[in-house]
Parts: sequence; structure tokens; C-alpha cells
Amino acid sequence: MNRHDQPNRGRLRLRLLAAAGAAALTLTAGLATPLNPAPQQAQAKGSQQATESKKEGKKVLTVAVAQSVDSLSPFLASRLLSTSIHRLMYEYLTNYDPADNHTVPGLATKWEPSADKLTWTYTIRSNSKWSDGQQATAQDAAWTFNKMMTDQGAATANGSFVTNFRKVTAPSPTQLVIELKKPQATMGALDVPIVPQHIWEKVKDFSKFNNDQSFPIVGNGPFVLTAYKADSYVRLKPNKTFWRGAPKFDELVFKYFKDQDAAVAALRKGEVSFVAGSPALTPAQAASLKGEPNIKVNDAPGRRFYALATNPGAQAKDGKHFGDGAESLLNQKVRQALFMAIDRKTLIDKVFQGHAVEGAGYIPPRFSTYHWKPSASQELAYDPAKAAQLLDAAGYKKNADGKRVEKNGKPIDYRILCHATDPNDKAVGQYVKEWFGKLGIGVTLNCLDNVTDPWLAGKYDLAFDGWSVNPDPDFVLSIHTCGALPATPKDTGATDNFICDKKYDELYDQQLAEYDTAKRADLVKQMESRLYDTGYMNVMAYPNAVEAYRTDQIKSIETMPKAAGNIYGQDGYWSWWSAVPADASGASSDGSSSTGVIIGIVAGVVALVGVGAFFAMRRRATAEDRE
Amino acid sequence: MTAEATPSLVEATDGPAQAGPSVRGPRARTTTAYLRYVAGKLGGAAVSLLAVLVTSFFLFRLIPGDPVKYMTGGRQVSAGQLAHYREEFGLDLPLWQQFTDYCGKALTGDLGTSYQFRAPVIDKISEALPNTLLLTGTAFVLYTALGIFLGTRSAWRAGGTSDRLNTGLALTLYSIPSFWLGLLLIIVFSVGMGPIPGLFPTGGMESGGKEGFAYVLDVAHHLILPVVTLVAVEYGQTLLVTRSALLDEMGSDYLTTARAKGLRDDLVRRRHAVPNALLPTVTLIFINLGRTVAGVILVETVFSWPGLGGLFYQALSVPDLPLVQGLFFVFASAVIVMNTLADLIYPLLDPRVGR
Repeated sequence: MNRHDQPNRGRLRLRLLAAAGAAALTLTAGLATPLNPAPQQAQAKGSQQATESKKEGKKVLTVAVAQSVDSLSPFLASRLLSTSIHRLMYEYLTNYDPADNHTVPGLATKWEPSADKLTWTYTIRSNSKWSDGQQATAQDAAWTFNKMMTDQGAATANGSFVTNFRKVTAPSPTQLVIELKKPQATMGALDVPIVPQHIWEKVKDFSKFNNDQSFPIVGNGPFVLTAYKADSYVRLKPNKTFWRGAPKFDELVFKYFKDQDAAVAALRKGEVSFVAGSPALTPAQAASLKGEPNIKVNDAPGRRFYALATNPGAQAKDGKHFGDGAESLLNQKVRQALFMAIDRKTLIDKVFQGHAVEGAGYIPPRFSTYHWKPSASQELAYDPAKAAQLLDAAGYKKNADGKRVEKNGKPIDYRILCHATDPNDKAVGQYVKEWFGKLGIGVTLNCLDNVTDPWLAGKYDLAFDGWSVNPDPDFVLSIHTCGALPATPKDTGATDNFICDKKYDELYDQQLAEYDTAKRADLVKQMESRLYDTGYMNVMAYPNAVEAYRTDQIKSIETMPKAAGNIYGQDGYWSWWSAVPADASGASSDGSSSTGVIIGIVAGVVALVGVGAFFAMRRRATAEDRE
Repeated sequence: MTAEATPSLVEATDGPAQAGPSVRGPRARTTTAYLRYVAGKLGGAAVSLLAVLVTSFFLFRLIPGDPVKYMTGGRQVSAGQLAHYREEFGLDLPLWQQFTDYCGKALTGDLGTSYQFRAPVIDKISEALPNTLLLTGTAFVLYTALGIFLGTRSAWRAGGTSDRLNTGLALTLYSIPSFWLGLLLIIVFSVGMGPIPGLFPTGGMESGGKEGFAYVLDVAHHLILPVVTLVAVEYGQTLLVTRSALLDEMGSDYLTTARAKGLRDDLVRRRHAVPNALLPTVTLIFINLGRTVAGVILVETVFSWPGLGGLFYQALSVPDLPLVQGLFFVFASAVIVMNTLADLIYPLLDPRVGR
């Protein structure tokens, strides 16, 4: 049925739509024309976008981050961004020296164990105030720890720190006493934000309170959090009364960029002062920024290791074995042969394109106290011929097809678990495939989005593995102890990849009870040596932290370690606290000046009105026509 | 002018024109029929919604593994803590009980608590929903308008230079990946290139710290590039559908009659041809409307827009089951609601539907 007898509705709608469409076109075209305040902005491009900020003389340090905040509650947050921000908001009992990572005073000025090693007494500083003016005391610290010990919800993020605590008290405002169940050498490394009791005692349910409703958030760190918008930004102002001295920038903003290329573009433009890679800028991004004026690429030793882990035969604490790791990998000679088949230097050059350091011991070299590397005689250096000999000697000889076979006669084909989202895994995997292939060992790369499930079920032979290491190495050491195995095959343990070695465990217990740093470091090194010999963890590389910042916005900023180290994700607040604004710049601001916006939008509106008028006139003409 | 633009019409004008007023049945009968039609459609939608509710629960339970492991991934946790999480999120209950709890709560608007954000799912969704609607809604209005506008003009002068230019450009843009175009726009118009200044912010929805009118301007400023990206990539679809629908109508007798009445070509197009050709476009409009809620993950990512698409991505990468479930439900519901709306509007646009 025809509907041309009802023209009015259709005509009106179409006219409106058409007008809107044309207006949109004009609007966008109008904004991009040279009639706009373009020339000034072209000059301003780069360092001095900040018309507004400059007017107020405000120096803003904007950090582009790729992670979103999971929670602003220090009791719940576990992501690097959130915990880094908590470092800025709250003082911890202790901190780490930016030069060499040794423990330095934080909220506590002194900490001492008793003779029986079971009681630690912390002296709390009297010159730290909460941002609402109240004094920070030992009672706040005691309350924080007690809350974590008694409320499961408050133990979510940092519960592991208090599992060995028997009792925590504050006999005086400057004295905190922690009694332990058994000796624990990590008492100078309690990375727990201390919160103000008078604010937090009002919280009802710690498992749901995200600390993101009222601002500014009361704290005593170098910065005070003043505003937060999910997936957009976190803004912090300097704490002028911070005991170590106030930060030099007027504002610190963490801005969320989901796309790293966009973040790099923002840095190039000067919209952000700093780009933290996640976990690092890609070699291509770093290369593209190297030649840029006023941009410094910080290509520094990182805190991560990148390893190929071996399934040692997954097992639970109850003694039950599970999973389906290859039988040949239970042989130490085979594992060591696999070490020798991998050319780490080539991986650094080709895959990491120089943005990594060749792997050796378990703990990265930046943690100089605990870093260990094998002696020449102990080292399992790249030597395919020797690897082949070892395999022959272990009884895994080649068959008629040139393939090495398991004891049951089947050709060896190792499944390597790889993260589908990590390009390094895939590239390294290809090299490993080639090198193992030459030895007569087949390799299947299992690149998955979710590696957790086959991993926890022990259904793999080899796996790409990596951890970020803390100044205190306890955690990364603990994940290879028998105690970290799951209770039963159905449970989840803290174990990394099911390693359980008696000698290693003995050393672990010794170091945890050793309060002398030098002696403890020696024990830790023995553990690393043992781990290396077992051949379970082939540390191939220590990837660099590749990040970049604008030198016309940030004059200087402290890296950790000082000589060469990272800026984002430090242990401590050193980088942002120490950052000095560049004189010439108004630091970063978002986008172009507001005059530009106003003129652009006015141009758009004018265009819109124009188009509207045009259509109205046409309509009138048509009406006349009809009559 | 008419003959030049649409030579095919010459043949079509041979037949007798049927341009009389439409025949209307008794009003009461039409209303009853329409009500029955509406009831049917609403019932169907309700059943679909229920099915989505059930599916979203069981579908994501098929993901292997223990949610508690995802929650505590990479952290040191004791067995006691694991048990506590199970209890807190009701994961220790039998599946059927979890399901009845889930349904009961869902009916009261409670979609559970997000594992990673420790916040009610409904809060996370309502936080991001307006942002997504602002972006996709603005883009939707613009690309639909632009698509219809250019589509009708293309069809009217089918084969002409402007038609070929228009369809060519639309097809090219339509086939460009949105994230690539977005990055290109950022490099050219945000950072600036050659004589082109960096006019727009590189990402996000606002600079922060602004209020009132300044805030509105700030958001508008941030909105332009992502909207342009979306419009550029999406308008081609509307253009092509409108164009082909209108081409189908071009030979109709009533158009000849309209011309014979002495109406201007412009009027023939706007008042006679387009309204009749609009039905496929309306279908497309409602499909697109349903999609606006789901957001546009790629564009949201490139421009760091804090919307539902990004939230969905974050939820999936954990996987944060309650959030994934909740978002899936909202996305599916939006499509169902929009399709139902389209169904309800068809009979009003074209009385042949629903009889």
C-alpha cells in the first residue's frame, strides 16, 4: 500500500535527519579548518599545551598508565597501579633505599628483634601527621595489623604478611610491638600501608569498601589523593607536611590509556609527561621515540625474570601425583640438556632487540644483595653438542627417524604453555622449537588466553614463566618450596610450578630465620644455585623496564636503583616524590587550550544554525511552490 | 530533470497509476489486531529475556577452572582465605542453589559483586553506561542521519558521479578497521602532523577538574575524534541499505503519478519515495540501536573511553564471572528490547505488517 498520502511525518523526520547529518559534517570539517586557532597551537605543540595550567602557574605531572584501578582500599588492591598509588598515599613501616634497595626508615625509624627472635619492636616517628591534622601513631599501625589478623575481608590483599603474627600491640604512641609464631627475617619488608584508625574504624564491611567515595582521602604519604574516576584518572596533590619533604610538582595525575600507541602519541604531543609501558614499551615504540626532541627513553634493568619452567611432575602435599608432564623431564640430565640447547644471547638480540639482560640466576641483577650467577664450571652455557651428549647419556637416544624417544618408545614432543597475549612468548617459542628440533625433540606451542587452568592442573611439559621480584626475595623463593604445593590435587597452592626439593626447602627455612642480612644473602644465593642445578627454572632473560618521559616537563626524576633503574612501579615513592618540574614548561595538560575548544564549538554551532536556516528556507520555498 | 536522472521510469509509467487514498478497515478491527500483535511480540521478548538470564548464568559456568583462583591469581593466599572467598561469593553452595540465588537477586536488580572491583556489578555498569551511550548514541544519530541523507541522494541519482563517489567512499570507510582509523586520526589530529595542528585530546573522556559548562565543553572536545571514527566506519551501512531500498521503489507507478501531478523532483523523493523505502533502514536503525549499548570495544580502547566495551574486556580477561554475566545480560536485553520496539513500530510505519 502506498503511503504518499501522508507526506508530513516523513518529510519532517527526513528533514531533521538530513539537517543533523549535514551539521555533523560541517562541525567536523569546521573544527579541522585553518580558520580555527590552529597556528598558535601548532607552535604550542609539544611542551606548552598548558595555557590554563600556566595561567595558574601549576606544574602537573601526568603519567599515562595502562592499568585500571581495582580498588583504592589498601586492604583489597592487588594491581601494580593501585599498590603504587597506595605507596604515595600512606606510609609503610619501612621503605627501600633507591640506591641499592636496602631497608630504610618509613613510618618506623628503628626496628629491632628480641634475643629469641620472636618479638620485634618498632619505633614510630613522631613527625608524621595524617592529612586531616591528626598525629599518626603506633596505635594506627597496631590497629591496621590487628584488623588484617581478625577480619578476613581486611586480609584480602596483604593477609600473607600477618599469617605468622601472634600478637600486635602499641604500648605507647611511638612503640609498636609485633610478636611472631616463629622467626621471620622479612620484618623489615612489611609492605603494608598503615591507615588512620580514626577514619577506618568506621568501615563496616572491609571486603566491599573501596575507599573511593569521599575525597581527599586522609593519608600520611608524600601525596594526598584528591579525585578519582574509574577508568579515567587518579589525581593527587602533594602533602605539604610530609616528613621527608613535600614533592615538587603541584599535582600528580595518573591517566588511563587503554592503548599503548595512543599513550605514546599523547607523550609525543606533550599531553602526558610520562608513559609507563605495560609491562614495557615495545621495541618499535622505543625506537620511534628515541629521535624525538625533549623525550627521554629510559631503557633500564627491570625487576622481572623471564624463564622457561619445567613441569617436575605435578604433585600435592598429600603425596598424590597429577597432571601429565613428560616422563623424560623427571631426569635432571635431560633438563640440564634443555638449558644448554637454548641460546639466551640470541633471544636478547632478536626477540627483545636488546631491551633485556641475559638471564642467569633466579633473582635479577638489580637486586645486587641477592643476585647470584653460576660460576664458569657450573654454568649450563649454550652448547648443543654437549646437550646431545647429555641426552644420549641419559638414555634418550635418537630413533631411526632422528627423533629422541621417551622410555615408552614414543617420540618426545614437549608441549610449551605460552601466553597468547605475549608476543615474546610466541617469538621465543619459535626459537626454542628450532633449537630443540635440532636435538631431535619435538615442540608444540600451546599459546592460550588462559594458561592458568592447564598450569594448575599440571597439564604441560614446559611453560613460559615470569615474576616481578621484590627487594625482599622471600615471596619468589617461597613459591618453589614443598610447603607451597596444593594440599590435594583439587586445591590450589601458592606454588609456581610444583617444585619440591628437600635441600632447597632446608635452605629456605634457614634464610627465613636468619636476621643477619649478609648471612641471609649467602643462604639465598645457595638456594639460587640449587635451583639452577635442578634445571627446573631456566631464567632466559631479565626484560628491561622500557619507559619514556618528556624532559621539557620533568627536569629530573630518580630511578631505582639510582645508577640505572625503572621509574614506574618502584618499591617506594622515590620517582614521583623526587621529580623536579622543568622550568620552561607548564607541564602537561590535556588537549589543546580551552579557547581552541570554545572557538571550535562556536564554529560548529554557527555551522549548525546555518544549515538549519538553509533547510528552513528551502522548506518555505517548497511550501510556496506547492501553493 | 526527472527523466535525465531516472531513465528507467519511462517504462514504469506505462501502467495505470494506483495513487488513490488507502483503503482503511474498520478502526476497531485494526486496533484489536494491533493489540494482539503487540501482546505476541511482548510475550516473545519476555521469554527471550528469561532465556538470556538463564543462559548467562550457565554459559559462563562452562568456562573451566575455579573462580577463586582467578580472584587470587598471583597472590599469596592461605587455605582459610580461599575458603572465605568461596563463602563470600556463594561458590561453596550447590550449583542449583547458586542459580536460584542468582535469579532471585537478578529480579530485584542485584547482579552480584564483581570479583576484581569488589563492587556491585550494577554499580559498575551504571557507571560506564552513560559514557557508552554518550559516545555510541551521538555517533548513532550522526551516522544514521548521514547514511540516510547520502543514501537517498545516491539512489535518486544512481550511477551518477556523486553516487559513485558516495558509495565508493562509504564502502572504503566501511571496510577500514575502526581501531586503525582511530589511531590515524589521533596521529593526525591529536598529535598534529605537518601543517595540521594537534586539535584534539588523545584519549579519555575528560581532562578532570572541570565543572559546569567548562566540563561539558571538555567532554564534547574529547568526544569529537571517537565519534568521527565511528561515524566514518558506520555510515556506509545505512547509506547502502537506504540506497538499495530506494532503488527498489524508484520504478513504482505512484512516483510517476506524483510527478504527473507536477510536484518538484525534490518533493517526489522526500514525500513519496523515501517514506516507502524506509522500512529496511528502520530495521537497521533498531539493530544498531541495540548495539549502541554493547559499546564499541575497539574504538573505546583506542580512545581510552571509559565505557561498557572496555569494562566487558576487563571482565573477560580475568574472567570476572558476575561482571561478565551482568554485562552479557544487559547487552542481550538491549538487543531484545530494541528489536521488540522495532516490531512494535513496523505496523505504524507500514500497515501491511502485523495484519
